[in-house]
Amino acid sequence: MAEIKELDPKNRIDHMKYLPDMEVIDSDIDKRVVEAMNAYDYTQFTAQDVMAALNADTLSPRDFQALLSPAAEPFLEQMAQRAQQETRKHFGNSVMMFTPVYIANYCENFCVYCGFNCHNKIRRAKLSYEEIEKEFQAVAKTGLQEVLLLTGESRKGSDVKYIGEACKIARKYFKVIGLEVYPMNSDEYAYLHECGADYVTVFQETYDSDKYETLHLAGHKRIWPYRVNAQERAIRGGMRGVGFAALLGLSDFRKDGFATGYHAYLLQQKYPHSEIAISCPRLRPIINNDKINPKDVHERQLLQVICAYRLFLPFASITISTRESSEFRKHVIAICATKISAGVSVGIGGRTEGEESKGDAQFEINDSASVDEVYNTITEMGMQPVMSDYIYV
Amino acid sequence: MADTFKLGNHEFTSRFILGSGKYSLDLIKAAVEHAGAQIITLALRRAATGNIANILDYIPKGVTLLPNTSGARNAEEAVRIARLAREVGCGDFIKIECIRDSKYLLPDNYETAKATEALAKEGFVVMPYMYPDLNAARDMANAGAACIMPLGAPIGTNKGLATKEFIKILIDEIDLPIIVDAGIGRPSQACEAMEMGAAAVMANTAIATAGDIPQMAEAMKLAIEAGRAAYLAGPGRVLDKGAAASSPLTGFLAD
Repeated sequence: MAEIKELDPKNRIDHMKYLPDMEVIDSDIDKRVVEAMNAYDYTQFTAQDVMAALNADTLSPRDFQALLSPAAEPFLEQMAQRAQQETRKHFGNSVMMFTPVYIANYCENFCVYCGFNCHNKIRRAKLSYEEIEKEFQAVAKTGLQEVLLLTGESRKGSDVKYIGEACKIARKYFKVIGLEVYPMNSDEYAYLHECGADYVTVFQETYDSDKYETLHLAGHKRIWPYRVNAQERAIRGGMRGVGFAALLGLSDFRKDGFATGYHAYLLQQKYPHSEIAISCPRLRPIINNDKINPKDVHERQLLQVICAYRLFLPFASITISTRESSEFRKHVIAICATKISAGVSVGIGGRTEGEESKGDAQFEINDSASVDEVYNTITEMGMQPVMSDYIYV
Repeated sequence: MADTFKLGNHEFTSRFILGSGKYSLDLIKAAVEHAGAQIITLALRRAATGNIANILDYIPKGVTLLPNTSGARNAEEAVRIARLAREVGCGDFIKIECIRDSKYLLPDNYETAKATEALAKEGFVVMPYMYPDLNAARDMANAGAACIMPLGAPIGTNKGLATKEFIKILIDEIDLPIIVDAGIGRPSQACEAMEMGAAAVMANTAIATAGDIPQMAEAMKLAIEAGRAAYLAGPGRVLDKGAAASSPLTGFLAD
């Protein structure tokens, strides 16, 4: 990869400076998140702080910090018990089911850990509208009513109009349409909302902008502040709900976990009607690099972070990824996750019978269970799978 | 004569309105039976049109459906959801939920009153879920509400009658059934609401989070019946502040 100019730091653009076509909104939320994250010293928390947090009726940001600290590790069982109670109070035994549908994998970004990155030699593809419709028909047959549409992050490869048309087609088959695409301006979010989408998820990957700079070497995604303000622009564009995530393992997971939850907390305070969702991804191996792994975020730490999210944001939807094993997913939905993907294919197309995927996958999934298998697992646990808890108005 | 209460032109003998949202579909039938419920609420947004597990298929025949407008953030959205409910055959009852706070899920009284007015004009039996405020309740009553549904505590908290004093005021002042909705976590709390003169109680989380759902449904039913019977009997005098003085302050009066 010697010919890639961005491998030399002096050839990289300033990751903190907006590019000309990027909307700048008047908001201080990103600054507040970073300030609080930088001030968070998790080594200072004690068992007493953790017990106080576990006994608090409503958790403060400081309580949340205590639960994410190493001092909380011996209290994981208590955290899980309380997380389960909170989840039952807010969601009963419901577990929402959905599936991601990748419609394109063209990408203009160079993110060193991602299988879609523009320098990774993989098969690239973009589904035509007819192929998208076929893919949706195959998903709809499984009984699912919620889809999450994904593209690689390329404005050229998958422009806003293309994504909008995909939303309009999805409206014919599904009740709930979420988007996980490149960040865009609020008027573009408004357009996609009109086309039928109502939820936008943007993974910030890491809130540590210095670390971010060393991982996202080129493309629009390199611009950290534009990405971190995407959820607020989506809300201003009329989206009902927004999703947040740090990719745990990229940087200091305790600080990233705190920043993710606090970011969601501040936005919900500012826009109280917005529905908040959190995802909890860890790094996974990708095509051409099987050495990528989540480092110090073992299942125990991951569960600690997920339980801390639940206790701090008891009302938030929490999604558990197919990056994790079926065993871990099963236990996490029994404790505090409320949303689970099923029948997942992370390649481009490939759900239609007799056809193979046209493009390669973003990462390796760990749980390839079908919709029926996931549905049955949930009911066997005494829980209720829910296909839609939403109405487009 | 049977002790009934009226909602629109419909009369009910059971004063327990059961929620359906937070437990397994295959337990709904048993919960309804043990609760003796004649009305069950249903989030329209949950009523799937797809082929897997449609909640409507699990609700026993003969039970009145009370669709709610959960998901609505303002009056306009509530009205649209109510019309959709009618279109899919859920009848004329509608429980208005207008919520623009995803954290506490507290109802917006102003938007709820507006939706009440619009839907009452369209012939719905309108049951507004509200924060217990006398002025707002009057507005809803004047707008054509069939009852008033004040919350006892934030929904899902099982904290009971945290708003007791304000619900009492509604019971005293509003000439419509007052149905305590949200926050009731234990049968004793439901009983207390009924003793105060509430016309009915609605509960969901209290049942859904119980170890044995049908058994808790029955316990709640019995508590509601006991509270109602006590209200009808006229509770004995309970002094709020200390005992009666043995040397009364007014004892000096000669005649």
